[in-house]
Amino acid sequence: MRAGSLRRSVAAAPHLVWSVLFIIAPFLFILYYSFTDKDGSFSFSNIADLFTWDYLSIFLRSISFAVIATFICLLIAYPLAYALSRMKAHTQGVLIMLIMLPMWMNLLIRTYCWMNLLETNGLINTLLGTDITFLGTGGAVVLGMVYNFLPYMVLPICTVISKIDKSLLDAADDLGCSPVRTVVKVVLPLSLSGVISGITMVFVPSISTFYISQKMGGGSFDLIGDTIERQFMANTNYNMGAALSLILMIIVLISMAVMNRFGNEEGEIIA
Amino acid sequence: MSKTLSRIWTALVLLFLYAPILIMIFFSFNAGKSLSVFSGFSLDWYRQLFTRSEVMEALKNTLILAVLSSIIATLIGTAAAVGISKMRNRYVKNAVLSVSEVPMMNPDIVTGISLALLFTFVMTMLGLKSVFGFWTVLIAHVTFNLPYVILSVLPKIRQMDKHLPEAALDLGCTPLQSFFKVELPAILPGIFSGLVMAFTLSLDDFVISYFNTEDFQTLPIVIYGMTKRTVTPDMYALSTLIFGTVLLLLILSNLLSARNENKRLRLTPGGKKKKKEVGR
Repeated sequence: MRAGSLRRSVAAAPHLVWSVLFIIAPFLFILYYSFTDKDGSFSFSNIADLFTWDYLSIFLRSISFAVIATFICLLIAYPLAYALSRMKAHTQGVLIMLIMLPMWMNLLIRTYCWMNLLETNGLINTLLGTDITFLGTGGAVVLGMVYNFLPYMVLPICTVISKIDKSLLDAADDLGCSPVRTVVKVVLPLSLSGVISGITMVFVPSISTFYISQKMGGGSFDLIGDTIERQFMANTNYNMGAALSLILMIIVLISMAVMNRFGNEEGEIIA
Repeated sequence: MSKTLSRIWTALVLLFLYAPILIMIFFSFNAGKSLSVFSGFSLDWYRQLFTRSEVMEALKNTLILAVLSSIIATLIGTAAAVGISKMRNRYVKNAVLSVSEVPMMNPDIVTGISLALLFTFVMTMLGLKSVFGFWTVLIAHVTFNLPYVILSVLPKIRQMDKHLPEAALDLGCTPLQSFFKVELPAILPGIFSGLVMAFTLSLDDFVISYFNTEDFQTLPIVIYGMTKRTVTPDMYALSTLIFGTVLLLLILSNLLSARNENKRLRLTPGGKKKKKEVGR
């Protein structure tokens, strides 16, 4: 049996080879390029540059835009997920499919549609008879993030709320909770795991995007993603690009760790 | 929350999600060049779209890439899931799983860049002029598809009755026979959903392909190029066609699964009754 199971785990061998070649090795190259200069000699200059205001301001902007977008998504998605969870199973299924459907359209197309709507001579201004400048503002960038990633927030929350034992809600009701208090005291704590996975699922693509900020921000709101893209495609400064990717990876890891920690602590309190 | 309030909220969110898409569909039929002033119905932009050779070429490329990368990822990923489930050492197992999930957790741009760095390094080592093209994009797609396949197959292996393959072995099957006759049918739904997920992810990917290609163009890359210049309604026509295809496929798959469900209910005696009980 033992030899048999050893032989069976050999089935994972192609995947292991693939992982070493195309997951671990590329990661090592990010490290290598981050800590070397153009000639390939060891240097801290890329990392040191990241702590100049030019780059720090970009990090701060990326983080704040992603946080704002995630928060707005949560504000829109939570009531929606709650409403969906109380509908009939069939209606719920159809509505969830409708919410998912735009996700199958490419992000580039979805973003461009908005860009077109918001142009100075675009449809919204034409309908309103105004010429408000929407594009090229921070608000437009956040709108792009919210629009593109909203479904990622709705789905996990809806799944978790649907699984909550309905008798708990009845119990809260019987014990004199107002509907609002029931939501705050019972539904909210029990759906926290969904909220947390929703937050990570919106935050990560928001903080790493470059197309949305390029198009909606008109190039005046550089995020980490834009800077990486420029280093690779225009400047061909791979070392700086790698260092920025490393920072982005660290920011994502920290935010995931914080969210997991938060989730676990809350879980313990409930238990 | 009252019923009307929740209905209004749902309707508002759906309006927010669909307004840009509906407007895009509407203007793809515009006779004029504008994307905000409608000057009459026409199918000209669709006709023009089919004459653009780079779009047709990219469509072909995207489909070939999605088919190949999802099949390769499904083969490697299914074998990996079987192998991982048989690993005894908990630490090795967790380490392998964590590494496998990296492309799923990392932002796309980081995955794309890290692979591009690897390919650049190999290129300079071998003294080649360029390695970027079909093969690099294919490798990149298989890499980001793998975790999705593994994670959809693994739970099916865990759910499977462990005694079934043992019984097959006792009854004289070779391990390989037992795998193909007993285990494979049991985990097939997981393999299939992994394949479909890999296929759609590959169709949709822009960021990772963008950093790992030069001349090899996929549809999202062509769309990216189109939106860099002034966009004419033929991009809207293209997007409308993509949207229509997706909608059609979704409806089909839903109808199919509904039919299967009905068939299953009819085949199992008292199936309907059982389902009701579960529902309650």
